Amino acid sequence: MTSGNDGTSPAASALPDPWRDAAQSQLHDGETALAWLPIDLGPGFDFRDGLLLLTGQRLLYCGHTGAEWQSWPLCPGLELRARDHAGIGTLSLHDTDRRLAIWRHTLRSGNAAHILTTEFERQVRWLTQPPPSSVPAEDEETTLPAGTTPQPEPPTTWALLRLWRFARPYRLPLLAGFVLTLVSTAASLVAPYLTMPLMDEVLIPFQNGSPLRWDLVHRYLGALLAAAILAWCLGWGRTYILARVSERIGADLRTATYAHLQKLPLQYYGGKRTGDLMARIGTESDRICLFLSLHLLDFATDMLVLLMTAAILFSINPWLAVVTLLPLPLIIWLIHLVRDRLRHGFEKVDRVWAELTNVLADTIPGIRVVKAFAQEEREIRRFRAANDRNLAINDRVNRIWALFSPSVTLLTEAGLLVVWVFGIWLVAHDQITVGVLTAFLTYISRFYVRLDSMSRIVSHTQKAAVGAKRIFDILDHVSTVPEPPRPVPIEQVQGRIQLRKVGFRYGNRKVLRDLDLDIAPGELIGLVGHSGSGKSTLINLICRFYDVSQGAILLDGVDIRRHAIADYRRHIGLVLQEPFLFFGTIAENIAYGRPDASRQEIIAAARAAHAHEFILRLPHGYDSLVGERGQALSGGERQRISIARALLIDPPILILDEATASVDTATEKEIQKALDNLVKGRSTLCIAHRLSTLHQADRLVVLEQGSIVETGTHEELLARKGAYHALYQAQAQDQGLVTGSLT
Amino acid sequence: MSDTPESSLIDPEPHPAAALGSAPLPPLSRDPHGQLLLHPVDQAPIVIVPVRAFPLSAAEDDISLLGPDGAEVGWVARLGALPPESRTLIRDELAARTHTPVIERILGISSRATPSQWQVETDGGLTTLTLKAEEDIRRLPDGALLIADAHGLSFLVPQVSRLDTASKRLLDHFL
Repeated sequence: MTSGNDGTSPAASALPDPWRDAAQSQLHDGETALAWLPIDLGPGFDFRDGLLLLTGQRLLYCGHTGAEWQSWPLCPGLELRARDHAGIGTLSLHDTDRRLAIWRHTLRSGNAAHILTTEFERQVRWLTQPPPSSVPAEDEETTLPAGTTPQPEPPTTWALLRLWRFARPYRLPLLAGFVLTLVSTAASLVAPYLTMPLMDEVLIPFQNGSPLRWDLVHRYLGALLAAAILAWCLGWGRTYILARVSERIGADLRTATYAHLQKLPLQYYGGKRTGDLMARIGTESDRICLFLSLHLLDFATDMLVLLMTAAILFSINPWLAVVTLLPLPLIIWLIHLVRDRLRHGFEKVDRVWAELTNVLADTIPGIRVVKAFAQEEREIRRFRAANDRNLAINDRVNRIWALFSPSVTLLTEAGLLVVWVFGIWLVAHDQITVGVLTAFLTYISRFYVRLDSMSRIVSHTQKAAVGAKRIFDILDHVSTVPEPPRPVPIEQVQGRIQLRKVGFRYGNRKVLRDLDLDIAPGELIGLVGHSGSGKSTLINLICRFYDVSQGAILLDGVDIRRHAIADYRRHIGLVLQEPFLFFGTIAENIAYGRPDASRQEIIAAARAAHAHEFILRLPHGYDSLVGERGQALSGGERQRISIARALLIDPPILILDEATASVDTATEKEIQKALDNLVKGRSTLCIAHRLSTLHQADRLVVLEQGSIVETGTHEELLARKGAYHALYQAQAQDQGLVTGSLT
Repeated sequence: MSDTPESSLIDPEPHPAAALGSAPLPPLSRDPHGQLLLHPVDQAPIVIVPVRAFPLSAAEDDISLLGPDGAEVGWVARLGALPPESRTLIRDELAARTHTPVIERILGISSRATPSQWQVETDGGLTTLTLKAEEDIRRLPDGALLIADAHGLSFLVPQVSRLDTASKRLLDHFL
């Protein structure tokens, strides 16, 4: 997999800049860097920038740039041991007698230590035995970006620009909305303009003794009314169009995020809290939507008003315009200052609120535990404590908040006062008419009202940007279980599953190693082992919830990674320990894997799963609602529904993951009968904690620490007196049974 | 499903998965106690209770006949395919055991918050129902509403749009 003609491996070409030349100069002819690890901690845990470099012949170390290089030629018996604890990784080099060297590094370099040790092991192994001609899966891992995990970036306002992807389909309505905004804003500015001639040509001459000119009164008042109605119409159209568009953008965003989320592998869900994901799709998209439809629109309108007002004022009287507009930036700045204080307080309120929610999220799902241990009082105290903190912080915020609104009024009044003073001075010096001053005051008082909301745009933008960032976090996540570019269609499934040297690790922890297993079509395999031995992981791999790290899983001779994921999973029936029923009718739940199933098929599946009769006893039969808020069903009943669900899709491969673990033995018998119907003629993998449920398995596979230690039938394994025998004995003793009476 | 018989007798063998016997449904009768009796050939009559498998989505199809111990003894895939006498007997029995009043008008509600007492006019006359919580109103796929009374009786609103304006306005508070 080496890429370049110059012979440098991808790992070496990815060396950090200061090292590339220094490392290259150390290498002999024909020697290539295979893996590297930044050694960023010294012996006394001081930070430094060293480098550990592995080539096909040697292990090289340099303490810091410019320092002397040390090197150890690779020889059989050499061993590189890696471990990590509390964020610090330790690598030590040993020969058969003693430790040769020890290095420490932070885990900033992610996977690099793992890649280095694996590569090291392989190189040392190849010293004694020649490398196999092809090891496709293992070769791949050296091409993994050996680098550092990317630093999370703070959200910037730029995240909002990415929303354009969702806004683009609505370009035309957006443009229409913008034009309407322009025109309606202009229309709303006509009214103050008309006060000018109304004063100067009608009212003041009348006060000075001339007769009232009714024709002018009619004309101006009529124009005022017309402008008001026009502004109303246009404003309505603008708000309606833009709100519609932003609502649609929000909806598209939600659907896109949810659709993407559904496609992400289980691994992604493992690291995320449900509440957080739900909040991202619900609250954040709504916040963005609100920002677009309300805050951004208001701000744009305000800016337009400001510009147009300024233009009009300057055209009437530049001097007065300057005096009028001058205090504006100052006022905005002062408002912003007060807001900043407030925002700090509001953030605190948000955090305390989250704390309250956490108490609820903890105790409501766990209410059985709370009650069983009679801890209601303590939970109430916990809630009250959080609530009291909420109260205290709110009190503090309200003290500033109460001051805020009057302060804004005071500031705007002060601004108006300046205009009055200068205006009266100008009128006194015959520079302007009373009408002009009135018009100015009308314009500016309209405008001052909006200052407060304008000053909020900063925090609104920040909040929306955070929301956008959190949503794009999901959208940018690439699936670790990729769809093949040219999927091989699945036609008739025989059900032969072959595991070829399968290895898997979570991060640096190896969960499965070198597993080889052939499952014949129709064979029933029982998986046995202590918890943590890798049973569930194996099943997750066969379901392709995760992809293998090494080796391959073949279905009827084809690597499962070459099939489209959904196409492949359609042929697998899965019955889990905790049957999950969705909110809906029983019929819908049974037909979950095949929504087009007829009623007859649903009933037939329920009959085979021994669920038919208890379903008939429910008040609405198959139409009864189950799942959250639905009919209360017992664990055994729920399990039988989930068995019916697996039966209905008639899968050639069946996986039972502790299907009977959570029910009592009487129910287990009932479920077992249902399962017997289910496993007939299908390749079945069955995990069961109670070994007695696995007696009829064709073969038992005993796993220990990620490897297969024994295979055989129940009798064979008992006779062998190995790991299975030990497990069996332990369980038999627990149940107070003699081994002989069980077989 | 063309290979499924329209009605059948369930084989009392312990293997219900394959239990859809192909024998047609034996004749039915009503005994002096008002119970329905099934008369299998060469066997003593069995007291049966008909139960709809899909009472909401398919009231006329998929009816199970349960024996005295709750075990299924017979199956009617389509009521219409039965002989008229049996059909009438089953239909009467079903009607006697289950009743879903249809709400024609909502006359008044005691409060907009639940629990709420509703005065309703149904196809069976005036009555009161108590709605415990909003989620007791269930939307059926065909647009109908099924309203569960606090005491377990279900009321049906076949089509909200068919209600008069006043009823719709009252109902809207809870949807």
